[in-house]
Amino acid sequence: MLRTEEMLLNVGPQHPSTHGVFRLVLKIDGETIVEAKPVIGYLHRGTEKLAEDLQYTQIIPYTDRMDYVSAMTNNYVICHAVETMMDIKVPERAEYLRVIAMELGRVASHLVWFGTYLLDLGATSPLLYAFREREMIINMLNELSGARLTFNYMRVGGVKWDAPEGWIDKVREFVPYMHEQLKGYHMLVTGNEIFMNRVKGIGTYTKEDALNYSLSGANLRCTGVKWDLRKNEPYSIYDRFDFDVVTRETGDAWARYHVRLDEIEESLKILEQACEQFPAEGEILAKVPKIIKAPKGEAFVRIESPRGEIGCYIASDGKKEPYRLKFRRPSFYNLQILPKLLEGETIANLISILGAVDIILGEVDG
Amino acid sequence: MVEDLLHSQPGILNFGIFFLLATVLLLVILGFVTYAILAERKVMGFMQLRQGPNQVGGRWGLLQTVADVLKLLLKEDTIPKLADKPLFIIAPVIAFAPSFIVIAAIPFTDKLQFADLNIGLLYYIAISGLTTIGMVTGGWASNNKYALLGGMRAAAQMISYEIPLVMSVLGVILLTGSLNLNDIVAAQENVWYILLQPVAFIVFIIASVAELNRVPFDLPESENELVAGFHVEYSGFRWAFFMLAEYVYMFAMASLTTVLFLGGWLPLFSFLDFIPGAVWFALKFMFVVFLLIWFRSTFPRIRADKLMEFAWKILLPIALANIFLTAIIKEIFKLL
Repeated sequence: MLRTEEMLLNVGPQHPSTHGVFRLVLKIDGETIVEAKPVIGYLHRGTEKLAEDLQYTQIIPYTDRMDYVSAMTNNYVICHAVETMMDIKVPERAEYLRVIAMELGRVASHLVWFGTYLLDLGATSPLLYAFREREMIINMLNELSGARLTFNYMRVGGVKWDAPEGWIDKVREFVPYMHEQLKGYHMLVTGNEIFMNRVKGIGTYTKEDALNYSLSGANLRCTGVKWDLRKNEPYSIYDRFDFDVVTRETGDAWARYHVRLDEIEESLKILEQACEQFPAEGEILAKVPKIIKAPKGEAFVRIESPRGEIGCYIASDGKKEPYRLKFRRPSFYNLQILPKLLEGETIANLISILGAVDIILGEVDG
Repeated sequence: MVEDLLHSQPGILNFGIFFLLATVLLLVILGFVTYAILAERKVMGFMQLRQGPNQVGGRWGLLQTVADVLKLLLKEDTIPKLADKPLFIIAPVIAFAPSFIVIAAIPFTDKLQFADLNIGLLYYIAISGLTTIGMVTGGWASNNKYALLGGMRAAAQMISYEIPLVMSVLGVILLTGSLNLNDIVAAQENVWYILLQPVAFIVFIIASVAELNRVPFDLPESENELVAGFHVEYSGFRWAFFMLAEYVYMFAMASLTTVLFLGGWLPLFSFLDFIPGAVWFALKFMFVVFLLIWFRSTFPRIRADKLMEFAWKILLPIALANIFLTAIIKEIFKLL
């Protein structure tokens, strides 16, 4: 009998496929994983603690750096929380601008996921195609907010800048273009036998598991749970748009891939309608006091970010800074199921499973 | 000329001539490697909406690879403290040397061949298998877990894919009745073996991509899983040797494909035979290299266990069936 030994393997924090500074301590037997232990915190910046000394408007740039791939939703969640506490009515035009910005961000975020996931699986080209489209979105958001990634665009009661002239038309033109490109993605990747081998039946979990681990976003919808806060608890003006909640039944990486790509289509639907309905005139910022003071009390709001449910809890004692601020960061929760999924898998599958979770380390570590 | 020299008395003169010829071939191959890397980057750049190298050596980046090699030469040569030093040093040599030895047997034209062996094909396959030993040695000697996994994968992959490769070639050998590469080309005078042996060609291409460790079979070095696989601890020129071996093999394998299936130096149609054989060879050869680059920018990486499954359960039976059918059909034609 051949004597074999278990080996301890450190994957990360500097590893090409951990999407940042995520670390996994693996016990492996050959290439089979016996035990996986995630280690996080390498990118912890203490956003929540820092926020306790900052005024509400000053916190917004910090949220940009949390989920840096889709900063608009983070911007929104903090503004939405404060608005809920102060009972501010956001002007119509501002709401539309917010929704368009957020949906563009969602498309961009899913494109980054698509590209990097395929890169993880060894295909180099889709990344560059996805980034071509993402670049267009980023340029549009740049025109809107003056920044490419860390937008700092939304304010309590509205948005900072109005859309420049002709901007809405650009978004409108982008929608059919993106539909066309998506077809190309499906042609290049979806039917590829090797790709299907890498994702079909990999990292499967059931509906119950997903709910028990409090997964959200595409990670939940891939098991067939029809749960999208844009539909189930409409915030902002999402109840005005006609779109579907994409679900798949199988709960594997293949299902997650399809959910994300189809969500791009749904976002495009929303964008199209939002551009149609976009009010010609109007305020972009509600009448809010110069110094924002949330009334004594607490509030929790949650919205749908590309990665899942992002929540913001504020406890205020009536000062201009929050007493305590907490973010429910979806990547952090989605990551919790990883050790369970990895047991008994091979190292090659580790990459497919981890990639399909779609983590952003800035968000995991806070 | 080479034949005469081979059979003449050994002396300082013919040693000198052979040495000179080998040096010329080395330079030709290094030149090829230099521009194959550039071509790969340019073609992939073209397919991926990028420019590729365009700064060093003019608009086409003609000197980019030269600059890269110079940089590698100047790099500090690091050997990990806990590595097995002698093995670590010798591994790149073991990987590289066979890649060069196999070139000797390949006929580029009917006149340009260094060793006209009767068992040319067998020689190629036997020698090229040695490179894997270099990879395993390198992976083992680095004393790095990723490198070890990469080395193990290299060994497993080589064993799995060498067999379908040989089996696919057997069909060609049956038709020719010879292992001599010259004879194989000569037998394609009327019709290329890609038409007579299409199944063998497909199996051969797949197995050869796996042999070359290129996408989608680049598991031993898969950068997204094993960081860089067996050569993760190598840097500078030792690393360059592994890369060089890979590209020289690309050269050798593309040449072999041309010889076995695409009619070597023979022209596409016989009325086109005013074009020299070397040009025909180069054209067909470049087509194969382009195919390999195309693969690289299209496919994701296959998974290790699927790779084994594919080799043993699909490629090998197909190759065996091909041999069987070829033999039967050949016998039937004989009877007629």
